[in-house]
Amino acid sequence: MDISAFVLFWAAIFTSNILLTNFLGMCSFLSVSREVESSAGLGIAVIFVLTATAGLNWLVYHYVLVPFGIMYLQFIVFIIVIAAFVQLLELVVERYAPALYYSLGIFLPLITVNCAIFGVSLFLVIRDYNFLQSIAFGAGSGIGWLLAILMLAGIRAKLKEKLVPAGLQGAGISLIITGIMALAFIGFSGIVQIQ
Amino acid sequence: MLLTILKDIGILTAISALLGILLVIAQKWLSNYGECKVQINGKRDVTVKGGSSLLNSLADKQIFIPSACGGRGSCGACKCQVREGGGPLLPTERPLLSKSEMATNVRLACQVKVKSDIAIQIPDAIFNIRKYKTSISEIVDYTYDIKGVTFKLQEGETIDFLAGQYVQINTKPYGKVRQSVSRAYSISSRPEDRDQFQLIVRLVPEGICTTWVHQFLKVGDEVEVTGPYGDFFIRDTDADIIFVAGGSGKAPIKSMLEHMKVTGCERKMTYFFGARTLKDLYLTEEMRSFEQIFPSFKYEPVLSHPAPDDVWNGKTGFVMPYFKDAVRDPLKTEAYLCGSPGMINAVTKSLKELGVPADKIYFDSFG
Repeated sequence: MDISAFVLFWAAIFTSNILLTNFLGMCSFLSVSREVESSAGLGIAVIFVLTATAGLNWLVYHYVLVPFGIMYLQFIVFIIVIAAFVQLLELVVERYAPALYYSLGIFLPLITVNCAIFGVSLFLVIRDYNFLQSIAFGAGSGIGWLLAILMLAGIRAKLKEKLVPAGLQGAGISLIITGIMALAFIGFSGIVQIQ
Repeated sequence: MLLTILKDIGILTAISALLGILLVIAQKWLSNYGECKVQINGKRDVTVKGGSSLLNSLADKQIFIPSACGGRGSCGACKCQVREGGGPLLPTERPLLSKSEMATNVRLACQVKVKSDIAIQIPDAIFNIRKYKTSISEIVDYTYDIKGVTFKLQEGETIDFLAGQYVQINTKPYGKVRQSVSRAYSISSRPEDRDQFQLIVRLVPEGICTTWVHQFLKVGDEVEVTGPYGDFFIRDTDADIIFVAGGSGKAPIKSMLEHMKVTGCERKMTYFFGARTLKDLYLTEEMRSFEQIFPSFKYEPVLSHPAPDDVWNGKTGFVMPYFKDAVRDPLKTEAYLCGSPGMINAVTKSLKELGVPADKIYFDSFG
């Protein structure tokens, strides 16, 4: 695919936001967005993991799976790579940033099953990105995810003082807000199209 | 075809194995904190392997900090002062620490990980805490839901405890309960019997440990016990004493009274025992016998909800209204309470209203 990594980076944040356009990574998006602080922590962890696993999985795909002709195993292999990387990251964070480790708590291991991460790895294969494009797409998607969760956390903080109909409280109203945010992001879509 | 399948499986396995090995190496390297020195009370040093919690590291060295929940960070019993090297206060500790505790570096030993040399302050009495292998020598039914269980130490072993202290018993898996839990019970026998001790256990519906004791434990069974713990013991003054207990809260006070039977006691003592109905009362004869031994001791059982067919002409209702008559001089009165948190709160409030100083109210809560 002939598109500059720079454009891809910005496109992944705005026009093809992994969360608001593809609706990937919803579970942690909905459950962690209660507080701006923890959303920011998780968002930063997601950026880091996304960028790194996009690069790693590109390498694994092109230098292991393709030569051996086992591309059909990409689902399993990508998940294993992501899981191992998150484990490693957990060890590093625990050792060198214990405060962050405890504030992320259970969410750090939960990144393993964040579908945004897995989705990005699959997209970069389907869309045939090169290594640089993959890294840019991964980083952009991560930042886009952070942006989306920060916005939702901010809105939910304001929403605490508002009266929400009983049936819509919690996940219901969050999904409606996410939908409206997604509508707003459609406004960007005319700028560039990557999918 | 078969070869392809085998090859693919082989590659997949190789990738997983490679990543697994990488993780193991990383873990060895990253989680290896080497040998760490734990300095206790500025005088005693123990060297432990870094990486595990302070509670477990010390337990490996036969130093047992009390812990009622087994290190899950929910009971707060393992508080200790960490003077150096404890790392930042963790969110898991905050709910169980008061402001003044946070300011003086009090931490939960089960949450603090030993990652570097560390200096801590613990009461000297903790050094007296040991792990004992015991066997059950007697089980008696006191009421329909309260049993007295006697634990005999191994030949030649002795336990030194103060009347009123408690031990923790470690249950074994039984029935559907797969894990072993550790629960605290006050010793009800006198400290003079050093080769055995008795606990009073009331059956709590759905309670893991109490169900085990009531339905599975038999005479002759071996049980692991650690102790003694706690600062609930009689202060050596000449102030009047008010004891208040409910249910199995009778245990530590029984121990105190039996101990005083040996040492003698001239203090004025009133013992209020709260129960629901007549069939919840137990050891009444024994308590009455103390009234003969100590000239100034009075046992006052109070029934909160006497059953219609209970033959009862003693005190009824809550215990609190009866304190008035027992308190001669509130400033020269000590109170020793043992029971549920609700009972202790209510009793403490009522005693304070009568003028008993808060620091003279000692309690052991079942919380």
